[in-house]
Amino acid sequence: MEHQVISLSSISTPKNGVNLEDIMQQKAEHQGCGTQGGSGKASCGSSAGQGDLAPEIWEKVKNHPCYSEEAHHHYARMHVAVAPACNIQCNYCNRKYDCANESRPGVVSEKLTPEQAAKKVLAVASTIPQMTVLGIAGPGDPLANPEKTFKTFELISKTAPDIKLCLSTNGLALPDHVDTIASYNVDHVTITINMVDPDVGAEIYPWIYFRNKRYKGREAARILTERQLQGLEMLTERGILCKVNSVMIPGINDGHLVEVNRAVKSRGAFLHNIMPLISAPEHGTVFGLNGQRGPSAQELKALQDSCEGEMNMMRHCRQCRADAVGLLGEDRSAEFTTEAVMAMDVQYDMETRKSYQALVEQEREATAAARKAEMETLAGGEYSDVKILIAVATKGSGRINEHFGHASEFQIYEASSSGAKFVGHRRVDLYCQGGFGDEEALETVVIRAINDCTAVFVAKIGGCPRGALEAAGIDPVDRFAYEYIEQSVIAYFREYLDLVRNGTVTHGQRGDAQIRQGAYTAA
Amino acid sequence: MTYKIVASQCTGCSACEPECPNQAISEKNGTFIIDPAKCTECIGYFDEPQCVAVCPVDDTCVLDAAYPRYSA
Repeated sequence: MEHQVISLSSISTPKNGVNLEDIMQQKAEHQGCGTQGGSGKASCGSSAGQGDLAPEIWEKVKNHPCYSEEAHHHYARMHVAVAPACNIQCNYCNRKYDCANESRPGVVSEKLTPEQAAKKVLAVASTIPQMTVLGIAGPGDPLANPEKTFKTFELISKTAPDIKLCLSTNGLALPDHVDTIASYNVDHVTITINMVDPDVGAEIYPWIYFRNKRYKGREAARILTERQLQGLEMLTERGILCKVNSVMIPGINDGHLVEVNRAVKSRGAFLHNIMPLISAPEHGTVFGLNGQRGPSAQELKALQDSCEGEMNMMRHCRQCRADAVGLLGEDRSAEFTTEAVMAMDVQYDMETRKSYQALVEQEREATAAARKAEMETLAGGEYSDVKILIAVATKGSGRINEHFGHASEFQIYEASSSGAKFVGHRRVDLYCQGGFGDEEALETVVIRAINDCTAVFVAKIGGCPRGALEAAGIDPVDRFAYEYIEQSVIAYFREYLDLVRNGTVTHGQRGDAQIRQGAYTAA
Repeated sequence: MTYKIVASQCTGCSACEPECPNQAISEKNGTFIIDPAKCTECIGYFDEPQCVAVCPVDDTCVLDAAYPRYSA
């Protein structure tokens, strides 16, 4: 809850003789976020606005959709698949599997040369002016393909110097390349760290290829964890922002990730992204085939919540493809096939991009102002322990602007006396195809995905799904259509509290919800 | 003998290409092939054949029985 942009000073009232504001302040200091004077400024990190981030850090993350939850509503990223080779084997990955309709890491439709990638970046940046970040994330490991990766960075930094460069690595080769990374002004690096204990690692990594030798089992995991942590330290020494990704694998590393969180925090990682394992038999991975399950939505949230006291948690990761294009919740990669890109006459115009981004900033400031104003309406109320989850259908820009049946995902907000907090998202297959809702998909996919939510906010909803949602105890809400999400969440919560207080509604915990595991096929 | 790459198994990831000490590996139609005239089974260079060690798909880089074992 320290991730809110809003000032806590306006809402905290003494509870049981303890001042909430003091607690938040202590918590923020514990997180090393600094408070720079000014009471109540306990906000810190990735999920909201600048908060107490140092100006140079805010400058680095403010337009980076993967490092700032708030930015991800407004700014887009793209990955170029120039790095097919990998140097380790993970039990959740199968390099033979490749499908245009699959959305998850390690999957691409076509590989690119650095030259093709550079052209593609210009084409996308000209078509999607809010695209601010270029990442290399495989489909193998960028640092197992150092020549292709750095050649791509070199070409792009010449032709599109306003685009931020980042890469995502398993860390095995990282210590060998830190200086090169720094020399290309790559200021964001993500390392996937699933363990700091070789015994745990042996369950996740069958082998690594290191210094011309294949290592297996515990020894492989020991080398990997040493290299990952060394690489992380080297990056933070050079002032490069590091995000750590961890895959939550129930029964293997779920409890252990708390230890991982401490280890990476102490070595200067900026953000921790705990993601659910994606495993289905049709993916052909070891975990998919041996029946290893992924976590439920509430299991994932509980782990993220428990680590949040230690450092900033990322909850808006969509576990995207290594050739994804667009806002995090969308994928426009199909528009930019190599064939299409090579045929495009690209005019890269930085001024157009700048002026478009200025409009985005206005929208963003309006969103923040609306949230702040709505928070002030909570100020007079008493502190309450009540927390509810609300699912939101949105196309971006921080507004409730998607039809229920057209939503391919729902964003999940936790509403409490502290305000509205983004806590995750749930991907659903499009249930409404061509105007006809599929009853079975509504029940089996959508309702299961948001079953832990009290309400769902939509721009529009048909009569039939409305009835089904109500029957499942989820309140379908369209009266905030096209309004700002956070402002609406706070307004709804205030009304909800009133209903609880006057006895109209009995507040109770809702059940758990499912995280998508099977193949996602976007329309 | 020489190593060969089973084309139906090869993912085309290119991991083997730069690891070969003999530059025997090249791309052909999206997958990779080993030039039997250049392959030394990594004898004299490494303890294990590098293409086998780095390949993400088991039993894809295999000894080609059509050739005699390599001798330096």
